[in-house]
Amino acid sequence: MKYLDEYRDPDAAQKYIDLIHQVITREWTIMEICGGQTHAIVKYGIDHLLPETLNFVHGPGCPVCVTPQEMIDKAIAIAQEPNVIFTSFGDMMRVPGSHKDLLMVKSEGGDVRMVYSPLDAVKLAVKHPDKEVVFFAVGFETTAPANAMAVYQAHTSGIRNFSILSSHVLVPPAMEAILSAPGNQVQGFLAAGHVCTVMGYNEYIPLAPRYKVPIVVTGFEPLDILQGTYMTLKQLEEGRCEVENQYARAVRREGNIPSQSLIRKIFQITDRNWRGMGMIPASGLGLRPEYAAYDAEKKFAVPVVEPVSHSECIAGIILQGRKKPVDCPVFGTKCTPEHPLGAPMVSSEGACAAYYHYGNLEVRKMNKLTADGKI
Amino acid sequence: MKDQSINATFSCPIPITDYKNILLAHGSGGKLTNDLIRKMFLPQFHNKHLETLGDGAVLPSMDGRRLAVSTDSFVVNPVFFPGGNIGSLSVHGTVNDLAMCGAEPLYLSVGFIIEEGFPLDELWQIILSMEEAAIEAGVQIVTGDTKVVDKGKCDRIFINTTGIGAAWPDMTIGADQIQPGDHIIVSGDIARHGIAIMSVREGLEFESTIESDSASLHDLVNTMRYAGKIHALRDPTRGGVSSALNELADASGLGFVLHEEPIPIQEQVRAACEILGLDPLYVANEGKLIAFVSNEDSKYVLEAMREHPMGKDAEIIGEVVDDHPGMVVLKSRIGGTRVVDMLTGEQLPRIC
Repeated sequence: MKYLDEYRDPDAAQKYIDLIHQVITREWTIMEICGGQTHAIVKYGIDHLLPETLNFVHGPGCPVCVTPQEMIDKAIAIAQEPNVIFTSFGDMMRVPGSHKDLLMVKSEGGDVRMVYSPLDAVKLAVKHPDKEVVFFAVGFETTAPANAMAVYQAHTSGIRNFSILSSHVLVPPAMEAILSAPGNQVQGFLAAGHVCTVMGYNEYIPLAPRYKVPIVVTGFEPLDILQGTYMTLKQLEEGRCEVENQYARAVRREGNIPSQSLIRKIFQITDRNWRGMGMIPASGLGLRPEYAAYDAEKKFAVPVVEPVSHSECIAGIILQGRKKPVDCPVFGTKCTPEHPLGAPMVSSEGACAAYYHYGNLEVRKMNKLTADGKI
Repeated sequence: MKDQSINATFSCPIPITDYKNILLAHGSGGKLTNDLIRKMFLPQFHNKHLETLGDGAVLPSMDGRRLAVSTDSFVVNPVFFPGGNIGSLSVHGTVNDLAMCGAEPLYLSVGFIIEEGFPLDELWQIILSMEEAAIEAGVQIVTGDTKVVDKGKCDRIFINTTGIGAAWPDMTIGADQIQPGDHIIVSGDIARHGIAIMSVREGLEFESTIESDSASLHDLVNTMRYAGKIHALRDPTRGGVSSALNELADASGLGFVLHEEPIPIQEQVRAACEILGLDPLYVANEGKLIAFVSNEDSKYVLEAMREHPMGKDAEIIGEVVDDHPGMVVLKSRIGGTRVVDMLTGEQLPRIC
């Protein structure tokens, strides 16, 4: 397939694998920000093709994973309201709240629907004028323009029965939180290519020297990851800390200006609670006061209850890159995709799901032997 | 035979015009039921077993051949999709299940559960497709049942088919026959049915139509069995290739290695999977089989398959190994290795 096969070419991949082996002289820890990159690394077995001295840790770039539990509980409470059609991207459906997930609400008779675009939710609102249609707007800067467009369209067309439950988050503040945390191990970043498609990479330029980390804007195909990794390692080995753009076929320095204007028109920056990472100042997007009529949190007065979480799940530590899924005591035992204790085991971008589905063959062999009582 | 079925599909007018929609009375056992059976089912499915309208069918002896039985219920949504409908699917599905047991499909029973208000002309289209699929597969529909339920109590129409087949005498197949060294062959491009259904179910607007691969496979199996020693067969329907292989790996206690590169997939299907964030290995097929064939014979079986219209794109996609028992492992395009796990829940599209 054009524009895909070129970036999965075995010969070109081998060239970058060789270059990485040549350039690396010591142990380095690199974080890939986006869950899509984590999945590519594990799915294509990239981690096994690279030197053992290179340690990939997996970042918080999984929107479903970092959505705080109280927000999921709120979504569930709204979805249970009698006159509501609750819409969401598929990933969110099975993320456990305190007591249930959205699919359980559906099985109990709630009108919960999966959509591919927030604009489809707006269409539903037009089609069902007697119902309140709510869209669960989670995501990073990547999904913000489409969600902003949904609110903008509803507003300009006078659609009053549409609202969004916004749990938008921003990448740069999370990177700063990780870098300034005590015990941080991350020495270089593969920045999330799709986020930068919208936002560009100007906002990363001050971060690199401030925290002395190379940041390489990187795509999602195997060759992108390999090239981005090589560029990061080269900077580390040469003692540089700059922002570079590996994903130049999609990302411009200034980003997508019309999308950014739309985001700024509809949303304003707010403090946001991240699951597993806590409150990070100025790290989220909320609706501007002039669009309050489209804010589901304001429209539905659902009681806020203290979320119940599983103490055994170490999702927070994994999302900060301080541990890997296989370090979790309940990984693959009490916590599986069928019975997830934490969001990273559910989402198609979650690190735990990546390890579980595609994961390390050697670990799986060991687990199986142990389960069969052979060890 | 083929001409007759095409003729049936395009020019057979609906024989009942008194009512536009199915009424509860169509399932009550009274006059309307009788009308439905006599005017719509009997003439299309006609054969001497069905025409007695007994409580069941008494079938001739199989001359000592072992019997294979399989049942499947079809609840597909939407009922009509590119490349088929619930009627053709319900015939292909059960015919294929029999073929995967190493049996020649002979007879089918059909049970309809229809929602009150279902349009009669749509039922007619479904019946015509079933007739066409049954003629093509050489199976007779020998007994049946129709029930109508209140509006809202089922999603339009559900169909159950049960099939009876006679085992091909020289075929002993199953997970316990799989040997280390066996080659794994897929009969053609994967993931088409699931994407065809999804493209209409979710209102996704693709520029080109992706048609389901729904088709009968027994004739392909019949061709293959003369070409070499087949150890196991499976049709990778729900859960796709990965689930079928995981089941067999688990049951055989052997490990399977797949190679990503030769796995056949249509460009549009692959593009749709990329856009939706789906792994084609987990997407349903309805007209494909996976065969485990001894490595000495795989060349001949593959050649025979490629000469058959149902197997023209067949490829060897992997092999059976002693290593990693019960596990399916994929060698990626770039040379990395990953586990291919069984499907968990529904495969959900990604968020961004």
